[in-house]
Amino acid sequence: MGKKHETPLLDELKKGKWISFVKEMERAAEKSERTEDLLGQVEESYRDKITHWKHGGMAGVKGYGAGMVGRFSEFPEKYPGVKECHSIRLNQTSGFFYNSDVLRKLADIADQHAGGLFNFHGSTGDIQILGLTQADAEDLFQKSAELGFDLGGSGSDLRTPSCCVGPARCEFANYDTLQICYDLTHAFQDELHRPSFNYKFKMKFSGCANDCVAAASRSDLAFIGTWQDNIKINQNEVKNYVKKFNVQKYVLDKCPTKCMWFEGENLVIDDSNCVKCMHCINEMPRALKSGDQKGLSILIGAKAPLVTGPRMGMMLIPFYDVHEDSKNDYEWLKGLISNMWEFWDEYGVSRERIGELIARVGLVTFLEGIGLEPTIDMVKEPRSNPFIKFEDEEAGAE
Amino acid sequence: MTDETKKKLEDKIIGLVKEYAGKKRFKPIDIVKEMEKEFAAEGVSKEDIKGALKEIMDDGKLVYGYAGGSFLALPE
Repeated sequence: MGKKHETPLLDELKKGKWISFVKEMERAAEKSERTEDLLGQVEESYRDKITHWKHGGMAGVKGYGAGMVGRFSEFPEKYPGVKECHSIRLNQTSGFFYNSDVLRKLADIADQHAGGLFNFHGSTGDIQILGLTQADAEDLFQKSAELGFDLGGSGSDLRTPSCCVGPARCEFANYDTLQICYDLTHAFQDELHRPSFNYKFKMKFSGCANDCVAAASRSDLAFIGTWQDNIKINQNEVKNYVKKFNVQKYVLDKCPTKCMWFEGENLVIDDSNCVKCMHCINEMPRALKSGDQKGLSILIGAKAPLVTGPRMGMMLIPFYDVHEDSKNDYEWLKGLISNMWEFWDEYGVSRERIGELIARVGLVTFLEGIGLEPTIDMVKEPRSNPFIKFEDEEAGAE
Repeated sequence: MTDETKKKLEDKIIGLVKEYAGKKRFKPIDIVKEMEKEFAAEGVSKEDIKGALKEIMDDGKLVYGYAGGSFLALPE
């Protein structure tokens, strides 16, 4: 079958060494006229160096204010298949685990009611089904709901909370990312489905500082697993690693705080200077393990470049005893998050992320607003400017 | 909040969005702040207003639109 639209620029993208999204779109286009037109419009965007989508508008599922992302073509007559080309976001499972039966059924739904294309997973975490019209929305939603899926977040709301695989698959997890993500998703259903914030708000849960869901850089509230006590060392395994590779060069010299060294054949760690970055544990997992007093750090204010440029999260709570709070269904944490939203509601302006609000009003004002005592550990990054000036005595200086 | 106040509140919210249709886009928080002032004497709380908005949306009397940020709109 001949191509409906000539796509010389997209064809170039198929020539590289890596899998190309163009190949996948072409395969989907064999079964979907919508996706044929989608290829035509994307080609035109590459040629003109500008997107030809009209952003936003009115697209949604009844009763939900979020979960569907509206896209309309600028050239509906030329590309009628993508006159409407919306995406629908389905709340992913915690840790992104699915069985093959569910995936096949979801694929059938995407073929039947959309362009046969998925985005697994969007940076928010959701499963995105691409290329549906408003007329498809209710049926697609109902069929997905029968499989157990609900809609995710979009617009000025709580975006779908997302977590790494955590203890389900990873020995580095310092807390149960899956459980807390699942619990908070349920607790904040209203905020997820009804966009009532100044702008988007993201929460991501990583079991350790390897941060596989990029929480520290991509979420307004990042939960990063950590520990309070000392790294556990197995000196025999350290000796085995020394025989295999240059531990001094690849582990000790790369320690960001230079808090480890050898005394004879034994590895010594000054844990008071360790920032729990995970580098040494990643390199020598048999020899080093995180401590027993596990919990998480909470960072606030990260965001991607939209509107005012990117920000990394700053340390809000150095150590939160998640295991203790989980016994009370995370009551303390939920209260803290609600206080943050109240403050942001009250003092934030339109399209201002919470990190930008804190930068504008100051951390001290924010902390007072949410009822949190300032501490010396609330830093922008390790060993750099605290936002609050402490007297030496308060800061613990001798 | 009495049923009568609730009805008044809902009518006021829908009326405001209708009145400014095509001229101003209200975010939900704008409505909450506006109604808090409007119904202060009747002891209507922020939670009451959020609850009223939720019911209005569930009934399809207003819908959410998106243009950079989310706003309240009349159904098409």
